[in-house]
Amino acid sequence: MTDETPKPPAEDTPAPVDETPERPSESTPEATAEEQQPADEKPAKPKLSDEEKAAKIAAAKAKAAAAKAAKEQEDAEPKPPWEEKPVPPEHADAADDPEVAALAAAVADSVLGADNYAGHVTVSIPRDKVLEVCRFLKDERKFAFLVDLTAVDWPEREEGRFDVVYWMHRFEDSKRLRLRALLPDSEPIASVTGVWKTANWMERETYDMFGILFDGHPALERILTWEGFNGHPLRKNFPVEGIDTGAAIYPDVYPPGGGPVRDEEVEPPPEKKKPEKATEATE
Amino acid sequence: MSEQFPSLFDVEEMELSFGPQHPATHGVLRVQLKLDGEKILDAKPIIGYLHRGTEKLFETMAFPQCIPHTDRMDYLAAATNNQGFCVAMERLLGITIPPRAAYIRMILAELQRLASHLVWLATHAIDIGAITPFFYTFRERDAILDLFEEYCGARLTLNTIKIGGVPFDLPDGWVDRCSALVEGFPAHIDEYEELLTNNRIWKKRTIGIGVVSPEDAIEWGLTGPPLRGSGVEWDIRKVFPYDRYDEVDFVVPTGVNGDTYDRYLVRMEEMRQSCRIIRQCLDRLPDGPHMARAPKVLRAREGMIYGSVEAPKGELGYFIVTTEKSTQPYRCHVRPPSFINLQVLPEMVRGHLVADLVAVIGTLDIVLGEIDR
Repeated sequence: MTDETPKPPAEDTPAPVDETPERPSESTPEATAEEQQPADEKPAKPKLSDEEKAAKIAAAKAKAAAAKAAKEQEDAEPKPPWEEKPVPPEHADAADDPEVAALAAAVADSVLGADNYAGHVTVSIPRDKVLEVCRFLKDERKFAFLVDLTAVDWPEREEGRFDVVYWMHRFEDSKRLRLRALLPDSEPIASVTGVWKTANWMERETYDMFGILFDGHPALERILTWEGFNGHPLRKNFPVEGIDTGAAIYPDVYPPGGGPVRDEEVEPPPEKKKPEKATEATE
Repeated sequence: MSEQFPSLFDVEEMELSFGPQHPATHGVLRVQLKLDGEKILDAKPIIGYLHRGTEKLFETMAFPQCIPHTDRMDYLAAATNNQGFCVAMERLLGITIPPRAAYIRMILAELQRLASHLVWLATHAIDIGAITPFFYTFRERDAILDLFEEYCGARLTLNTIKIGGVPFDLPDGWVDRCSALVEGFPAHIDEYEELLTNNRIWKKRTIGIGVVSPEDAIEWGLTGPPLRGSGVEWDIRKVFPYDRYDEVDFVVPTGVNGDTYDRYLVRMEEMRQSCRIIRQCLDRLPDGPHMARAPKVLRAREGMIYGSVEAPKGELGYFIVTTEKSTQPYRCHVRPPSFINLQVLPEMVRGHLVADLVAVIGTLDIVLGEIDR
């Protein structure tokens, strides 16, 4: 396009500019329709369209130039951050973080990796060192406050199905640190209720939702579902629509480990036929 | 007496189920009590009656679709729930919200804090036997809900904060009506305090009840007014300022004794501070857009994020795990303040009378929708 355009506008620019006021009446859809029907006026049309083309090209060029200028101006003055396309934070290595360094120095083989994402440091630790690491962080590094404890289920991962995540806070300088321990299915992990009392219900919830066993918990009972509930709802293989909770009440009908009732197993409700019969009888 | 009949009066223990259909449990909370006469030997809260699997539902929905579900958790403070989720999501996606949106959010969140504290005051007072404050507080709460209704059309489940800002600009005249409400509000707080603060019965029922030391409060993970009532000055709005809380001036009130009365005073002062924040926000309300230019389909990078806000009940956190280029959370865990705060109930009521249990449940300000999720 750019190769062809330079010539016509340079030669014809005066003409189209003069004719532009007249053009609207001719180029209306009605006018063009009338022109197209008679065959005599055909030669006139391409002429017009040529001029039109030139005008259009000129207009487009001017427009593009204006847009370009505007864009350059916009680029020149920085846009506010909410006008720009959001950029998600990047992962960064956090091995040089003072907490991570202190932890690695104090507890041998405790740091498998450290990641900084959006300002939050996540330390991966082996599952058999959880208690030792938490004790050290609370007693020596003054992480007095356990904010959150939960788990994430990755059923396809080979190294271990669950991530148990600890999220702690230090009051002195408002520093937060996250621990992550890999845990294979059906293997227990040490309870940290002895370190922070608040872990009690958090661990109960994690046990209830994921079936993760916490060794040394004073009373590891279900908390959000009831004793005898069949399954652990936040595991990825637990159906979103839920299971038939008759499992605990009728173990012979719904054996433990049984999933949701399939459609074919559900008997159609018999009430539907009755009203029909009734209406027939009344008719 | 006890010397004559030791076995009859000293040894007998009774088990009593308090709730789940008891009006003073503020929802479907059941507390299994072990009693010696009127004295509580042990208490065990039993929860889960309102469990709806919200965290499981989050995993099946696109990010913006999760927001209406956050409304249903702490249904007395929907705006702060929305805000918590959106603050976490914005950190995950790297969105900066425009200043006008941040100020509107702060106004909504503080109005929501007022509304939530008013419900707390009403129910807490009525539990202890003071019925009058209920009528006063619900008068003001209705005015606040009217403002919400005018802004977004809903009164309870607001769904009024979006990822990247707020869905609407403020309607015409809203600012004037809001500032009129806020100007008159401290006088109303005086009204409530006149009824309760120096009331002899109120003091007898609350002073020295459910004492938590600051060390215990931290150990048990308390946040919000229960933590501040014990004398720990800690507020997410100050510690990790989100939106534009670092630009407004307010004080974090703290208690001294960590009892029910101190927590009451802390919340009353918090309401005054909320009014102060709203007034500053209304005065400085900047012009500009109310939504950031976020893409229509939000895609996250692989990672874990935690975002938290100071909800009326304490620190409300959202822990979100995403996979590469996902449009929905892989896992979204909520840290509900009520859930963690309720844990300390047995410690607080041991040795007290059954009537004090009602006061302690009230002072913890729990919402079962948030506890059970």
